Amino acid sequence: MVAQVCNLWLLVVGGTGLQPVAVGGTNEKIMTDNNDNVLPIIGMEIHVELATKTKIFCRCLNRFGDPPNTHTCPVCLGMPGSLPVMNKKAVEYSMKVGLALNCTIAGRTKWDRKNYYYPDLPKAYQISQYDMPLASDGYLEIPLEGDTTKKLRVLRAHLEEDAGKNVHDLPGCTGVDLNRAGVPLLEIVSQPDMNSVAEVTGYARAMQRIVRWLGVSEANMQMGHMRFEPNINLHITRDGKIYKTPIIEVKNLNSFRSLEGAVAFEIRRQYELWQDDPDGFTLEKLGKQNRGYDVDREQTVFQRDKEEAHDYRYFPDPDLMPVVVSSDWRDRVAGEIGELPLARRERFMTEYKLTFEEADSLTMDGPTGDLLDAVVEAGAEAKRCSKLLMSRGLALANEKNCTIAMTGIKAWQLADLAKMQDGGDINATAAAKIFDKMTATGDSPADIAQADGLLIVKDDSQIEKWIDDAIAANPQAVAEIAQGGKKQKKSFSFLVGQVMQASRGAAAPADVQKQLTQKLAE
Amino acid sequence: MSNKIDANLVRHIGKLSRIELTDAEVDALGCQMADILEYFDKLQELDTQNVEPMAHAVELSNVLADDVQRDSLTAEQALANAPAREGDFFKVPKVLGEGA
Amino acid sequence: MNPIIEKSVTELAAAIADGQISAVEATQAYLDAIEAREPEIAAYNETCGDLAMQQAQAVDAKRQAGQTLGPLAGVPVAVKDNLCTEFGHTTCSSAYLKNFKAPYTATVVAKLQQAGAVILGKTNLDEFAMGSSTENSGFAPTKNPWDTSRVPGGSSGGSAAAVAGRLCAGSLGSDTGGSIRQPAGLCGVVGVKPTYGRVSRYGLVAFGSSLDQIGPLATNVTDAALLTSVIAGHDERDSTSLPNPVGDYLADIDTPIDGLRIGLPREFYTEALGGETREAIAAAIETYKATGAEIVDVSLPHSRIDIDAAGNISSFAVACYYIVCTAECSSNLARFDGVHYGHRTAEKVDDIIELFSRSRDESLGDEVKRRIMLGTYTLSSGYYDAYYNKALKVRRLIADDFTAAFEKCDVLLCPTTPTTAFKFGEKTDNPLEMYLSDIYTISLNLAGLPGISIPAGLSKDNLPIGMQLIGPVLSEKTLFRAGRMFELASGISRLAPPMLKA
Repeated sequence: MVAQVCNLWLLVVGGTGLQPVAVGGTNEKIMTDNNDNVLPIIGMEIHVELATKTKIFCRCLNRFGDPPNTHTCPVCLGMPGSLPVMNKKAVEYSMKVGLALNCTIAGRTKWDRKNYYYPDLPKAYQISQYDMPLASDGYLEIPLEGDTTKKLRVLRAHLEEDAGKNVHDLPGCTGVDLNRAGVPLLEIVSQPDMNSVAEVTGYARAMQRIVRWLGVSEANMQMGHMRFEPNINLHITRDGKIYKTPIIEVKNLNSFRSLEGAVAFEIRRQYELWQDDPDGFTLEKLGKQNRGYDVDREQTVFQRDKEEAHDYRYFPDPDLMPVVVSSDWRDRVAGEIGELPLARRERFMTEYKLTFEEADSLTMDGPTGDLLDAVVEAGAEAKRCSKLLMSRGLALANEKNCTIAMTGIKAWQLADLAKMQDGGDINATAAAKIFDKMTATGDSPADIAQADGLLIVKDDSQIEKWIDDAIAANPQAVAEIAQGGKKQKKSFSFLVGQVMQASRGAAAPADVQKQLTQKLAE
Repeated sequence: MSNKIDANLVRHIGKLSRIELTDAEVDALGCQMADILEYFDKLQELDTQNVEPMAHAVELSNVLADDVQRDSLTAEQALANAPAREGDFFKVPKVLGEGA
Repeated sequence: MNPIIEKSVTELAAAIADGQISAVEATQAYLDAIEAREPEIAAYNETCGDLAMQQAQAVDAKRQAGQTLGPLAGVPVAVKDNLCTEFGHTTCSSAYLKNFKAPYTATVVAKLQQAGAVILGKTNLDEFAMGSSTENSGFAPTKNPWDTSRVPGGSSGGSAAAVAGRLCAGSLGSDTGGSIRQPAGLCGVVGVKPTYGRVSRYGLVAFGSSLDQIGPLATNVTDAALLTSVIAGHDERDSTSLPNPVGDYLADIDTPIDGLRIGLPREFYTEALGGETREAIAAAIETYKATGAEIVDVSLPHSRIDIDAAGNISSFAVACYYIVCTAECSSNLARFDGVHYGHRTAEKVDDIIELFSRSRDESLGDEVKRRIMLGTYTLSSGYYDAYYNKALKVRRLIADDFTAAFEKCDVLLCPTTPTTAFKFGEKTDNPLEMYLSDIYTISLNLAGLPGISIPAGLSKDNLPIGMQLIGPVLSEKTLFRAGRMFELASGISRLAPPMLKA
């Protein structure tokens, strides 16, 4: 992934005639033809929809994809007289994310109204958190190329309600669906610590992994569970003077691809515009601006502001009481988190001797990693289990578009299977077959192997019979082996193949080779 | 104290409030608001440096509900008061420049 | 007058429970009264006679079947038209909500229904409860039954006039800065503003959310206590609802409080207090003294009323209150934007912003617009600290004054309003002067305290004068007993305007 991003970066920058001398890494600096030193400064707001059962301020279902306006009530419709009541789970989910991001959880937090008009915002204000966010001052460590990592600081994470959805593909009008209005939304704001496209996507992916890991969000991009708003500007050093380009916030990106594209495009666009007007295209003169992203043209585009005059008039929501987080409460929530993905990946590599790729895949979500720990606990060999999970587990997960743990494989099944393979009871092909079958049926691998005749035959007399048959049926091959020379090896393999075929894969190739050699030598 | 609030400011506040104001309304409201704001300035007489703001009339905290589903309205009930609808959507004129 | 109408809520409920009077008879008596006097008083935005009769029949059927009846079974009542009801409309006396039919019922209305009350209709108010006279109603003003050329007060003017004119046995209003107590005072009825959080606000169309509280209006203290006990209590749909159990307001209500200490906030007894009102309050103090109550001098420095050389009245509390309530209302009323319900401009609009602005401009009244504008201003960037945040700090100073005062006394006594009911049009040109009619009532809302307005007597012009008792948080029971003490000692109770005798 990282490499791919760097290629994209090369493409993007290359297109402008720039010569990047360093890509990837932590503080990448781009030298150009003009000897400009260009450093992208990128921060990001990530909105994560929390996977609570009900909405944040009412008890309507929090569910995507149903017919319009079927999950609404007076509260989320903004009907006069209705009042919000905070969903406890939404607060606890947010605390979990805050803790996982090494944030300080506020001892006391409150809810504020952000006032603006939009058809998808039925109260004409969004309940959010202004000056007392639930979590603040944390960091997320992301992996970079070459086994290095970078700590990206998290400024704050606050809880708020999502707006409804404006639907634009209706004839001559816009339609408003309020099923999404009031879905709990966690806004995670980073410090401007990212300096490359790779770091931005690394951060976004790491965040997706964490919220999935914690089980607080499905973080499914297609369903809009995660939305990105990067803010980008460039610090350009030319002739010893530092120029800063305007800060551009790109709104509402809902895929990693768009995120990559938008950030890369902005870096290029800003550098070009700055080159045309080094003293005019600056932060001092132009300040901050919002842009949208055109997915088809892969460009950021001018966006008319939602609220012409930006003044959200935040004030404490009189309808909601503050939340006081005691250390007991915080500790209880922290206790539910357990080991975090990066720590677990590290442990899998050192303790279980997994490769980075294996450890990384098996720590994408919590239950899959738990599965591996459980099979090791059950006495199976970690590396063997990992191989099984990485082959059939991953394939099944991809087929079903779910995590490995969600394929239905049980720890005891996997442990038994691994032990059987390690004990030479089954071969790799059989193991794969059994894996697939036991996830579907829930049966034990031993029963499946028995029933489907997948056990390796260890009965020497049976193998001897198959060998005798093969020798009898293939005199030419036997003759070629006896002659020696260049056909000897091929003919031997052929005979082994014949025996294996006769056993329908149930004989161990090593046994067959050993006995066949003995037989031919007789 | 009409120096405190001029016609432009009244128009700006009108815009923020999403209330269309005629010139006559701007004048009338400007004067009344200026009077009232002057009255509000009385609070500046008080030293409140070490006073905690009081946003709620009573002190409560951690009023939280369990994450358990309750009945919602039907789409028909939700839309019953809608000034205009398109199918089961609330209908408004074309909105450009989609935000979050 | 029909003898049924002459009964209090308590008496009527007992008579219906005993089978002396049927709920249908009681309801019919009030529907007749409405037919006779409503044209003169205009207390209701909407009556629902058919539904009321159905409710009455249900009560009678229940009684005949020997089932347990609720404490208000068969008692005809009215509710302010800013309480959501699935029956009829919920208009808030605003053109914006003229055709709005709420898809749910306010908790208080549901509680009335569960108690067996028969709901006659929805009463008029100043649009969205913003006003002190009902002159800001988007439809038509309500008249004071004591003198129909005068205002009934507001914003719960319809609820107060309906009780005073006996167009219902009792009613519900809402009180943000005095909107129950001030009209109760001007109409000669009892009005209660409970402790903030004592009564659920779920289904009350919000004006100033941190100040709003629903309460009853009735012709005497006992009825008010009964109605309060029905609507009070925790509601999980209102996050600001208090979890404390509701006391038995009716037990011991007729027993005077031994050694009651009544505080007189000296800042309320200044030259701002008009002659006849001053006299009536002085007489009430004497009445209390005669019962053995102790009168204590207390101070509420931040609620003081100043009068400058030019005679202009000012008050920290009034300034603080109007900053807080306008800020909250600017946000609370933003939802009335023509998208999901309510008025939408019929004009062709080019974009969504025009749709919002036109729809609001066409359907919101001047006072509502003025308050939205003020609140928008005081919350806007650059002014927040000077106005809104400052007001929140002053609010605490005001609340702290009460805490200190209640260390020396059990209740506070002061007038409800500076003057008796004023004439229509007298104050409409000057919003500030109108705001001053709340001068004795608003501090309570800021502090979240309960208060009750009780008739203290009549002026020479035969207009009611109200007095107000204020207690600490959750002291409703004390207030009812103290109020009842006054009724018993003074004999002033169930005042009836002359039009009823005609």
